[in-house]
Amino acid sequence: MSPLQETQSLNNQNNLETSVLKPTAKYIDWLSSLVPGLLITLAIGFMALFLVLPLLVIFIEAFKLGLGEYFKSFQDPSAWHAVKLTLIATGISLPLNLVFGIAAAWAIAKFEFVGKSVLITLIDLPFAVSPIISGLIFVLMFGLQGWFGAWLAERDLQIIFAVPGIVLATIFVTFPFVARELIPLMQEQGSDEEQAAISLGATGWQSFFYITLPNIKWAVLYGVILCNARAMGEFGAVSVVSGHIRGKTNTVPLHIEILYNEYNVVAAFAMASLLALMGLVTLALKTFLEWKVQQDRNTTLEPTLAEVH
Amino acid sequence: MPKQPPKRDSLSLTLVRPIVVTQSIDRNTRRFLGRLAASFPALALFALIAPFVLLGCTPSQPSVPVSGTASDSTSPQLVSATSASKSASAVKLLNVSYDPTREFYQEFNSSFASYWKDKTGQNVSVDQSHGGSGKQARAVIDGLQADVVTLALSLDIEAIAEKGKLLSSDWQSKLPNNSAPYTSTIVFVVRKGNPKNIRDWDDLVKGDVEVITANPKTGGGARWNYLAAWGYALHKELGDLNLLKTDPKSDKGQAAQVAAKKFVGDIYKRVPVLDSAARGSTNTFVQREIGDVLLTWENEAFLSIAEGGKDKFEIVVPSISILAEPPVAVVDKFAAKHGVAEVAKAYLEYLYTPIGQSLAAKHHYRPALPDSVDAKLLATFPKVNLFKIDDAFGGWAAAQKEHFIDGGVFDQIYESK
Amino acid sequence: MTLGYTLLYLTLIVLIPLSGLFIQTMNLSFAEFWNHVTSPRVVASYRLTFGASFIGAAINAVFGFLIAWCLVRYRFPGRRLMDALVDLPFALPTAVSGIALTTIFSKHGWIGQYLEPLGIKAAYSPIGVVIALTFIGLPFVVRTLQPAIEELEKEAEEAAASLGANRLQTFLRVILPTVFPALLTGFALAFARALGEYGSVVFISGNMPGRTEITSLLIITKLEQYDFAGATAIAVVMLVVSFAILLSINLLQWWFSVGRRRVA
Repeated sequence: MSPLQETQSLNNQNNLETSVLKPTAKYIDWLSSLVPGLLITLAIGFMALFLVLPLLVIFIEAFKLGLGEYFKSFQDPSAWHAVKLTLIATGISLPLNLVFGIAAAWAIAKFEFVGKSVLITLIDLPFAVSPIISGLIFVLMFGLQGWFGAWLAERDLQIIFAVPGIVLATIFVTFPFVARELIPLMQEQGSDEEQAAISLGATGWQSFFYITLPNIKWAVLYGVILCNARAMGEFGAVSVVSGHIRGKTNTVPLHIEILYNEYNVVAAFAMASLLALMGLVTLALKTFLEWKVQQDRNTTLEPTLAEVH
Repeated sequence: MPKQPPKRDSLSLTLVRPIVVTQSIDRNTRRFLGRLAASFPALALFALIAPFVLLGCTPSQPSVPVSGTASDSTSPQLVSATSASKSASAVKLLNVSYDPTREFYQEFNSSFASYWKDKTGQNVSVDQSHGGSGKQARAVIDGLQADVVTLALSLDIEAIAEKGKLLSSDWQSKLPNNSAPYTSTIVFVVRKGNPKNIRDWDDLVKGDVEVITANPKTGGGARWNYLAAWGYALHKELGDLNLLKTDPKSDKGQAAQVAAKKFVGDIYKRVPVLDSAARGSTNTFVQREIGDVLLTWENEAFLSIAEGGKDKFEIVVPSISILAEPPVAVVDKFAAKHGVAEVAKAYLEYLYTPIGQSLAAKHHYRPALPDSVDAKLLATFPKVNLFKIDDAFGGWAAAQKEHFIDGGVFDQIYESK
Repeated sequence: MTLGYTLLYLTLIVLIPLSGLFIQTMNLSFAEFWNHVTSPRVVASYRLTFGASFIGAAINAVFGFLIAWCLVRYRFPGRRLMDALVDLPFALPTAVSGIALTTIFSKHGWIGQYLEPLGIKAAYSPIGVVIALTFIGLPFVVRTLQPAIEELEKEAEEAAASLGANRLQTFLRVILPTVFPALLTGFALAFARALGEYGSVVFISGNMPGRTEITSLLIITKLEQYDFAGATAIAVVMLVVSFAILLSINLLQWWFSVGRRRVA
């Protein structure tokens, strides 16, 4: 209570001292009551310009020739193949990066070692590397003129310009997301609880599943969602290793580019709207998750607080 | 679970959260997680192994049916004689091509498929890959397993022969007309009514005309644009391109080259968007409505009018332009590996048949053997004076070295801006 | 064991492929390498890429802060929707965003047509590059700032205000120093991401050599001319720069967290 009283008295003093300037102060008060509204308007304006407008363009262009044309775009078998391939690439890279992400975050958060920052940076690297470079490195490795090119050709193995190359590129590009989501959280949590569990006789796996995983589950899900969004939308890296064979090695983003280049604007934007929809669903899911976390926190908080008091 | 130290107050809720969440896990969840825990090592192992398994098996899928039919395609009579199940097994070809040929090959492929089915009883399906000519050639060199390539410039197939060693260096002599079954040229597309009154090359550098063309370093068609403009300037200065051949080092020839460099430089000063390939610049001109004149392939010009509307664009044919010969070739190494050398060769030869030639003409490529094509179709092509790249530049290799390598004339034009 | 697995996976997926890049450049002598990465056209592309990325990240730092602030501090209709939309640039394929942005900002586009009479050429100019890079960088600033602003203690601001500080002073003296590490991280992330961006930029930039040609495009151009050495040389430069930026973010964060722990 006492600090509050102090500030209040301070306030009074201030008021007394500045009473001469009162009209201006009132004016400033009035002005500052406008500030939130102003800020919100600015924020919404910026978002409308940069986020809502592009989204609108996609849907308007997709429906330009009516619903019929829109749905006709999805009947093309190569469009379906592109969707399938995208799902395959995502489906493989997601669990791999999930396992890796958890393992990496665990290793980084629970152990101390030299060069930790360098390791984290290496994990981050695919995020900042130009997608062109990400594609290029796989061409350098598996291309016919690359390191393993001759060896692979002898065994009739095709990696780039085929599904494995696309999967590899997707894995590379989505590599950091789960790990990056988890590292700060797990670092914050420390390893006290796990150690307590282990000292009580739990095995490493048990302590992981009973203690670590429940603590990080929302962050894991969020990471997976980000990873998923990125995997489906990846364009540059996949473009370099795909070979663009229609109905075979085209993912959805590549198929969109092809349609656009065939003057088939409606179909291109229809496919794009599909990805945008997936993105929106993902985002809705994420919002739901956050809401759920909030709920979780609120409901479990009450009894705990009661205990504390 | 350890109880929280009571000294924490509500301000440090964020620190409390993790422990609290743990307590919310009910028994069922724990049981489920316990079961998961038991299977986790197996899951992790699977996750590690999965990519390698995948790497191992996916490529074998396309190659197995192909090699299975390999022996069949070499002895077609046998196939039709033996069994229906064998003839049902399809041969697959991969045709790696450049951007503007999509529509043409789509139709040509189905025509060839029915022809081949009639002839040998074998089903053939052709996969298509399209992109910028240089990019496609590089992909083949890096291992995109094309059975045939149909690219924009002989230089790109040359690169596949030279850097990839995937076909013999005498590829260009294997098919008629320098292995170019169809030719094309560079024309102008202007907006309806030709508001800037563009009639010939000189009009491109008058007033505030904006020119749309792609980057000649990346686009095959764009390279033809550049060379066509250069050739026009040489022709204008010299009156006869043969002078270059007889005495390339003459003062007159040198002066003409200087004038041509200035002319082409002036054109590129008026280019507001330099797309990476022909299709990109067509999109810029047609859909974004940028620029007054589009330099492009004749077939691309016809197509943009068909797509964009006759009431919006018209074609202008300049007084002189370049003869573009987009070549085709079987990629020997890959075709042999897939056992489809025979059908690949037949595929390209089919381009030279009356049907192939008519289809090319229908899609606005000038047929190499016009005698076999309906006169009505031929009448759609305007008369143009054409010069060959050999006449003005001494062949592709020389033109590339002079103009498009790093530090070449094109780079100089841009650096002096 | 987990550390071992992490390192193994990291090596397989990231390190070996990336080292391929370096080994490829080893084929060049240093002089050749230097020539490749400092030719005027390449330098111009660095200038554009870094400049536009920096401006884009700076715009994002300002507006990202504003958006994060509104999302955390104020309740208004549509807040949840706005919150969800922030991630959109991340979920959309870059090529699609490129095409959409070009549609909006080109000469006859929704916004471009109003900018053109003012003499502002938005698409096909460096401005277009900045627009695209701003678009893709926004989520990173907002998402790093949100938790930091949530953790801000309102009491401190109230105390400052009651001590007679005006809003600007409160912002500069109380709020900004506290969220500065997060702001810097968000800025650096947006910057790093922008450096490597390709898909959305090529559609809107116009790709003029020396003026609106970004470094990623230059790498592609070199590749298509069979100039592998030149392409990998430039790629190595970009890679090293990205690594340096990310490493400094991580070191910075580590440094701030150590600082905080000490204070605590």
